[in-house]
Parts: sequence; C-alpha cells; structure tokens
Amino acid sequence: MPLALLLQSSPGNKLISLGFIDILVIAIYFAMVIGIGFYLKRFATTGNDFFMAGRDMTAWIAGLSFVAANLGSLELMGWAASAYQYGILATHWYWIGAIPAMLFLGIVMMPFYYISRTHSVPGYLKLRFGEPSRALAAVSFALMTVFMSGINMYSMALVMKVILGWDINFSIWVSSLTVAAYVFLGGLLSAIFNEVLQFFLIWLGAILISIIGLIETGGWQGMVNRIHHNFPDQDYTHMWSTLGSFSDNPMGIHWTGIVLGLGFIISFGYWTTDFLVVQRVLTARDLRSAKMAPIIGASFKMAVPFIVILPGLLGLAVLPFKLVGEAQQGVGVHTYNEVLPIMLARYCGPGLLGLGITALIAGFMSGMAGNVSAFATVWTYDIYRAQIKKNATDMHYVSMGRWCTLVGVLISIGTAYFVMQFASIMDYVQALFSFFIAPLFGTVILGMLWKRATSAGGFWGLLAGTASSIGMYAWVKLDPSALRIIALSPHAKDMAENMYRALWSWIICVTVTVVVSLLTKPRPLSELTGLVYGATDIPSEGHLKLYQRPIFWAIAVTIVFFILNIIFW
Amino acid sequence: MHEGKGFISIWFFIGLLLFIYGILILGAGLYNLAVPPEHPVVLQNLHAGVWWGAFLLLVGGFYCVRFNPKRKGQ
Repeated sequence: MPLALLLQSSPGNKLISLGFIDILVIAIYFAMVIGIGFYLKRFATTGNDFFMAGRDMTAWIAGLSFVAANLGSLELMGWAASAYQYGILATHWYWIGAIPAMLFLGIVMMPFYYISRTHSVPGYLKLRFGEPSRALAAVSFALMTVFMSGINMYSMALVMKVILGWDINFSIWVSSLTVAAYVFLGGLLSAIFNEVLQFFLIWLGAILISIIGLIETGGWQGMVNRIHHNFPDQDYTHMWSTLGSFSDNPMGIHWTGIVLGLGFIISFGYWTTDFLVVQRVLTARDLRSAKMAPIIGASFKMAVPFIVILPGLLGLAVLPFKLVGEAQQGVGVHTYNEVLPIMLARYCGPGLLGLGITALIAGFMSGMAGNVSAFATVWTYDIYRAQIKKNATDMHYVSMGRWCTLVGVLISIGTAYFVMQFASIMDYVQALFSFFIAPLFGTVILGMLWKRATSAGGFWGLLAGTASSIGMYAWVKLDPSALRIIALSPHAKDMAENMYRALWSWIICVTVTVVVSLLTKPRPLSELTGLVYGATDIPSEGHLKLYQRPIFWAIAVTIVFFILNIIFW
Repeated sequence: MHEGKGFISIWFFIGLLLFIYGILILGAGLYNLAVPPEHPVVLQNLHAGVWWGAFLLLVGGFYCVRFNPKRKGQ
C-alpha cells in the first residue's frame, strides 16, 4: 500500500514529505513571481497603470485572470472535499452556479460597466445612485475583503501545516509578503500577470490526478461502478435526479434552491458585482474584449470540475479508507479536506509533487492578490479620494495605492492571527461577506436596466436588503426553528439556508428599491447616458463576422453547458 | 498588450517557467526510471514524471521561442 507507506514514513505526522526537487520547484515559483513584480514596476507609473492595468489587456488575459482570481487553493481543496462528501452535486457551483452569471456579465452588464468608464463597482454606484450608495458598498467591500483575505491566509497556513508540516507563522509571512511585494511593485498589472501564470500552474499541477485516476479506475464508467460498489446506499454520480426532495440527497437541498438561490441570486451576485472578479474584466482594452473576457472565463470555468470535482469522486472510488468530517477527526483519521493532497500523494512522485503543491500555493496567492489589488483600488478611489483627499495628483494616488497594498496585507495578517485565537469568528465573517452580495446584485441590476430607479431607491434598497439578510441570519441563530420559514424546510442544511437567505434579501432589496424609486423624483434621462439600458448607445457588432461576435460564443458556451448537465443528469 | 511599451509578453514568462519545470520533472522522472524509489506511487509503471516533464519541456520551449522578446514582431 504505497500511500499508507508514504503516510507512515512522513515524520511529524504530516501528510506529504517533499524532496529536494519539490522544494526547488516551489522556490523557483516564488522567485518568478517576485521577478515579474520587479520587471513590471517600470510600467506601473500612473493611476491607470497601477489600478486598472493600463486598461490594455486582451480578452484572453482578462478572461484567464477573471477565473484565476476565483481559483484560490481553499476553493480547490474545499470543493474537492465537497465532491468527496456530496458527490457530483458539488459541480453545480461550477456550472449553474457560475456559467449563466458569467455570460450575463459579458453580454448584458459589461457594456454599462465599460462605457461608463468606472474604475470599480462602487464607482458605478456613485455614477448611477450617488455618493451614499457608493460609500455603503465601498466601506463594506473594503473591510470584508481584507478580513476574508486574512481568514483565507490562516486557513491556507493551517492546510500547509497539516499537509507539509510547515510552521504556520512561516506560511503566513512568506506567502503574504510575496503577494504584497509583487502587487506593491506592479499593482493590478502585476497581479493579473501572475494570475495568468498561476492559472497555468494550477491546471498543470492538478490535472495529473484526474488523468492517472481515470487510468486506474478504467475510465469514467469504471469510476462510477467503483463508487456504487463502495457506497451502495448513496447516489454520488447524478446532478439533478436526486434534487426532487430535500431528504433524497446528501446536501439536503431542493432543485429550487439550486436554480433560484445558487443559479440566480448567489451566482449572479458574486460574478457580476463582486469587484474582486469584475475588476479583472474592467482592464480589457476595448468593449469587445471586455464582453469576450467573461465568456472565455466561463468556458474555462466549465472545465474546472475536471481538476477539482473529479479528484474528490476518484477518492470515493479508489481510496482504501474513508475520510470523515472535521467533527469526527482523530488520530490516524483523515478529513474530507485532505482528499486533494491525499490523491496528489497517491499519484505524484518527485517533481510532480512539488508542481502539485506549487499549484495549491499559486491558487492561494492568486486569490490573495485579487483581494489586495481590489482593496487598494476601492480604498484609494472610492474612500480616500472620495471622502478624504479629493484633488491630489495622480502620483499621490499611486503612492497611496502602493502603501495601502502593504497595509491591506498587514491587516490580513492581523486578521489571520486574530482568527487563530478565536476560530469561531471565521464563520461569522464569512457569513457577513455573503450579506452584501445578493442585495448588491439587486441594486446594480436595477440601476443598469431600469431608468426609473432613483438615488434614494438604490441606497435604501441596498441598505434594506443587507439589513434583512443580517436579520434572517441572526433569527436562525437565535431560534433554529426559524429555518423552516427561511429555508422552507426544517431539513435544510447550511448551504440551503444561505441560498434561500440570499433569495429573500435580493427580493427585499428589489422591492424596496422599486417602491422608494416610484415615490421619489427620477433623474433626468440626460444624466443617465452611458449608465442605463435605454439611455446608452451600445456599439453595434453588425460589422463583425459571426465568429467574432461575443454573443456567438456565449450561445456556444450555453449549448455546451446544457449538454453537460443532461449528460450528468 | 502594451506592445508599444516594449513589454515582454506574459506568455514568455509562462514558457520560461514551464521549460525550467520540464527539465526538473523530466530529470527526476528519468532518475526514478533508473533508480526505482523505495516507496513508489500508485501506477508508478506509467512513469508520469517522464512524459509530463517532457510535455512541459516542449510546451515551455515552444512558448519561449514563439514569444521570445528578441524575436521580430514581438
């Protein structure tokens, strides 16, 4: 049993032992990303370069960066763990939970973001709804971004301790200071360059698990047969057929929660209004590239389950022992979260193991760089310039962006140590982040598609949606029986509750926005040019060949999306 | 992107890193072919390090040449 031998031979109770070649692979990666930061410093001299990467990215670069900023290592390991725990149901977060929203961003929303020449999502709210809406969105986003970054940092350091036996302090400081260095030097330009590099490393480091795993099981059908043999009482290999009832699937979720809560609200909220990802697309060199970038991102996102979900399913098929939840953790027992590194150790020898670990580190760094560069932009442009120092020079704002990159990383590190002392705070902060996403989507989409929406409507809708989301969360915490009202079933699990809470808060946001807007004076149409559907001249694509049009590729991706869902129904 | 500013393409950096990784992983794979490891991984007989290292070497080499900053037109 090679894996067992490997585990037993690992000193200090760690999962994997790295050899010299593996360490060298990781060290070269660190040297490369720092080197890229130094190289790009000379090109990041203006605010447009530092905060918007010069708005000169091709559709491919912006699209790959768009996906990579979301491909954090915790995302990789977390969803591989979910695939082991819930089976192929986890794929919903990559397909219906991402693809429609990404295509919607590209085709419907991008023209307004791009034509308005905004530098951020809060910046769009300023143009459309005024300063109060921007201030609310900017402050909440800035705070949550650095807190989330710190939580991810701590979680990553914890994972490195479990897998490799690395000291937590070492992991936190080395990885975060590396990110701080290259974002400090080259700003968003450097972050995007490294995200594209990291995207390739993630794929090349993780895909071997799936390839060799499928060879071991004799292909997809062989893997399915083994899973059914190992777990005869559960259905881990169908995406939709078990969603007719809350109690028929291990996730405790109904198809309405997946389609409306995940597929519509949470997904659209995240992919179309979370500035961390939208910022990447705003760097595109022209409108067509900006529309194509999310479509290119969607096509790659659709393939990500091959390197994330499949290793989890392969774990169900081939591992000679069963993984358990965190609550059942004990000596000699491995948890769901360890499935990806366990599969890595199962198949990858010297060099390849280093590449796989580099993929995990690259994932962490791309996620953190996304947080830090988005924080720098929102702080400098939407808080500092808007509220504190309005008429400084461009160089002053670039300098502020550089220093607040460092400050953002230091706050993240502080958060990581705070979480280390009070682990339970992690759940609350993660929930807090989710409070803003669904209502923000309601505010932005009404702002883009409904001319009658007013500044007061936008602000009070956003505030009411956010407050109601917090209220529902607190209600269920204080009185668990409220779950049957919020999530429509007492059997609903946490994920289902999150989805229904998002749905209700979005409905409340939209309702309040509509009612307040109808009761207040609308803005003149001339002030809405470039911001709202019906008041914006969107350039025609009639002169382009069919295959050059974004809508053509969006339809192609949609067709593949439906085919995949039917195949794995 | 940024062609007018004399930028080295991101694809060149990616090619360079993959080329270096290809050399290291192929080298480690060939060493393991000659000297089998004490604790082999599952499906060691596939020698994944050899062909994956060779693949990285080829892809990285292609990108290094194709996007070489000294090459005309880049």
